Amino acid sequence: MKSTYYNREDLKKFGDISKFQKKLGDKFFDYYNSVFEEGALTSREKSLIALAVSHAVQCPYCIDSYTSSCLSKGVDEEQMMEAVHVTAAIQSGASLVHGVQMMDQVNEKLM
Amino acid sequence: MSFATLKRQERRLGSPEGQMVVLDDSDSICLPSFSSKLEAIGLYPLLPMRIDTLQINVGKMCNQVCKHCHVDAGPDRKEIMTRETMQLCLDAIQESSIETIDLTGGAPEMNPDFRWFVEELSQLGKEIIVRCNLTIILANPKYSDLPAFYKKHNIHVVSSLPYFSAKRTDAQRGDGVFEKSIKALEILNTIGYGKQGTNLKLDLVYNPSGAFLPGNQADLELEFKKKLKDGYSIEFDNLLALTNLPVSRYLEYLINSGNYEEYMSELVSAFNLSAAASVMCRNMISVGWNGYLYDCDFNQMLELKVQGANHISEFDLNQLANREIVLNQHCFGCTAGTGSSCGGSLSD
Ligand code: SF4
Ligand code: SF4
Repeated sequence: MKSTYYNREDLKKFGDISKFQKKLGDKFFDYYNSVFEEGALTSREKSLIALAVSHAVQCPYCIDSYTSSCLSKGVDEEQMMEAVHVTAAIQSGASLVHGVQMMDQVNEKLM
Repeated sequence: MSFATLKRQERRLGSPEGQMVVLDDSDSICLPSFSSKLEAIGLYPLLPMRIDTLQINVGKMCNQVCKHCHVDAGPDRKEIMTRETMQLCLDAIQESSIETIDLTGGAPEMNPDFRWFVEELSQLGKEIIVRCNLTIILANPKYSDLPAFYKKHNIHVVSSLPYFSAKRTDAQRGDGVFEKSIKALEILNTIGYGKQGTNLKLDLVYNPSGAFLPGNQADLELEFKKKLKDGYSIEFDNLLALTNLPVSRYLEYLINSGNYEEYMSELVSAFNLSAAASVMCRNMISVGWNGYLYDCDFNQMLELKVQGANHISEFDLNQLANREIVLNQHCFGCTAGTGSSCGGSLSD
């Protein structure tokens, strides 16, 4: 039995998900790899977006993976942290904008 | 940052034997051998193709002590090529079909016979590359005319600049190196190096300042060109993206930072077939400061000499063209991702 829920080693085994469901696994990896190819966005831009999203979904595997990817692509520390601030801004903004719902409800309930 | 080399500090990895013990033990970290990887794609034994380049390491002395240096170069290294050995190189080149001479070190300019050697070489009509670390130009007034000397002999200058910011550059190459490098680049630009319309070629070498692989060379070049132009008005020709090989000080860094196993498995899983077919040892011979011959500068630092006659005094291109290249686990650094060589990436 493993003693922790997350294991660094498991990232290397990501491809193994196809062992239990090959067809869908293969389709997913095809799609995944296509998404990160150079397109209308550069692969560098995609890595930065992925880094920001990794923080939003709080996946430690993705954070490690896209930190390495950003470093490889020449992204600097300041740019990476700005991407994480974008995550934080959207997440906090998303919480705060719901404050309007709370305010509406308050206004409906109060005399 | 330490200013003493591993050799001076008598560290285990300061000797080729100490490094080979680590590299040879790939079983304990469950890695395949490099030769088995080549065998699986029909490339083993690895044979040379057309040998057109002679890379000559004129000595291990350097004014810097970069953290990643595979030469373990520094001010305390005394291994320097003599004029007699240089003459043997000239004799060998003259009688061969070698087209490019690639001078490296240490800081090659610190060899007292460097200028004599370049002058002699330039009379042979070959392309001459000097791997200049930039800061040497400002290290002492006696080096300040180097840019003009390069220009006079139409030297192709290849210089390291691991990043376009001081923080990452200095972390790898020492405090203040970025600022001095920019000054040296300004001087080179002023006399025409790296400028469009001149034939004075100035390439920069990018290598990661840490335990990760370089990204796409063309993308990095665009980024470097933009940042150096916008920030410092610096121009250059090409960016060569190099992978750090697990040799000497970079190997020590990987082990001390706990990154060795992960980096090695990253190199192995990024093994690229087409890069493997074009590794630089298939086109070059490397000469050490004492005249011994190697398949490349990395093998030189690991003391893995070429098979057969292995000294410049017995240089025989035909025999060298028929040798088997000596390989080990560090070779995975040349075949990872888009591949890596002294000339940059090996594939797109
Ligand atoms: S990497 Fe180059 S500049 Fe740095 S210590 Fe080694 S030889 Fe000198
Ligand atoms: S390390 Fe040297 S011998 Fe090994 S593949 Fe690279 S160039 Fe060839």
